[in-house]
Amino acid sequence: MLNQLAFLYCASVIIGTALLAVRFKNPVYSVLSVLVLFFHMAGLYLLLNAEFLAAIQIIVYAGAVLVLYLFVLFLVSLREEVKIERFIKSHRLATAVSIGLGLSLLMIIPSFKLGAKGEYPVERITELTHTKAMGFELYSTYLLPFEVAGLILLIAVIGGLVLARKEEEIK
Amino acid sequence: MQILIILLQIAALLAIVLLHVAYTTYFERKIIGHMQVRMGPMLVGWHGLLQPIADGIKSFFKEDIIPEQADKPLFLAAPIICLVTMLASLAVLPFARGWVLADINIGLLFLFAMSSLASYGIILAGWASNSKYTFLGGMRSMAQVISYEIPMGLSLVGVMMLSGSLNLTEIVTAQGTSIFSIYLFPQIIGFFVFFIAMLAETNRVPFDLPEAETELVSGYLTEYSGMRYAMFFMAEYIGMMVMASIGTVCFLGGWNGPFEIPFFPPFWFILKVYGFLFLFIWIRATLPRYRYDQLMELGWKLLIPLALLNIFLTGLFKVFT
Repeated sequence: MLNQLAFLYCASVIIGTALLAVRFKNPVYSVLSVLVLFFHMAGLYLLLNAEFLAAIQIIVYAGAVLVLYLFVLFLVSLREEVKIERFIKSHRLATAVSIGLGLSLLMIIPSFKLGAKGEYPVERITELTHTKAMGFELYSTYLLPFEVAGLILLIAVIGGLVLARKEEEIK
Repeated sequence: MQILIILLQIAALLAIVLLHVAYTTYFERKIIGHMQVRMGPMLVGWHGLLQPIADGIKSFFKEDIIPEQADKPLFLAAPIICLVTMLASLAVLPFARGWVLADINIGLLFLFAMSSLASYGIILAGWASNSKYTFLGGMRSMAQVISYEIPMGLSLVGVMMLSGSLNLTEIVTAQGTSIFSIYLFPQIIGFFVFFIAMLAETNRVPFDLPEAETELVSGYLTEYSGMRYAMFFMAEYIGMMVMASIGTVCFLGGWNGPFEIPFFPPFWFILKVYGFLFLFIWIRATLPRYRYDQLMELGWKLLIPLALLNIFLTGLFKVFT
């Protein structure tokens, strides 16, 4: 019961802040509402006994990624109520598209099925601690996808370095 | 009933920590005073012992000035964010066996998360005050915190590898009770990186660029007054204590000491934290400030490679023993 209430709270705050993030005219406020959203995402992970994911969600997304977003925002427009025009001028078109998207999302819901039960029921995770369970799985069963993800990140890092270097030479 | 006991414990912990904050400022002024051959506060109480109380009362009753051009909600919220995240990290610190409010499995990660969130308070304060000095201070703090969080986290990975846990109580237990089995010795590189990153994370000298008073008036704090200023101040000092506690737990064996103290198990823990705090103050009295590019260079080009090397060496050590 308490779990369900907590889930309802987190889910509704997530939806609310997500809407606010789009609605705010000041981008700094948008980023902050996304920050609140990330908190409640972490709350959802905690409800699923995924404490490691919850902590990482806060450290990486709230602590690093969003701070970088703020950094960019500040660099782009130094203070002065930053206001952005709407993407699409025609209000009707925008409404039609978003209602269509919403309907198609709703239509997907019936085909949602619960996955098969894995070898990690809640009791086993609490006994192993989530961090260990995830580590074992990540470095044994899912080693190849993990390495591929690492490689992709490495490419991104090298790409960033190359881009930064080039700009320096032009100057 | 259970909840009532926990609430009482929280209140007691808060009271003790806030008292410590007050007297850390007193000792800071005293120690720096004596290091610079002057007396420090002397007038309020015996040798100025009541000075922090007087300061606290003063800042409590001062006018809370809000600049006209400030972004009001964020301006008001920023110090609260700072203080709350710092206070929250106190919950997972094990002061002695069983003397911990929340003994969670991811204690160390929780501390990282809270310390990275505290930077929001500083950034928002800098932005919301709508002044050049605060803005520059906020930007600097942002860059500094992002840069030094990485070596900070990496330097503690060695500790996690040796102890095989993220639970702070287990990290202390894994170090054993002997003084020679604490992680300071096998993790000396990690400790070096941690110590420097700790100074930077808490915005202390020689990395106090976000509030460099000689160039930025008071950095992100410039527009704040009264109680809100005091809240930032408290957050900074609690941050110092939290970092000192992380150092104590992860490298110095936590509450274990040469012999057991009856009736007061956290004795050694507190003594070690005091040692760290003294180091903080000593460094402040000794060193000049880093230049901004030096700060970045130190973080990215020295500390991160060193921390990675430490992880590699610890891994080798784990494999061959």
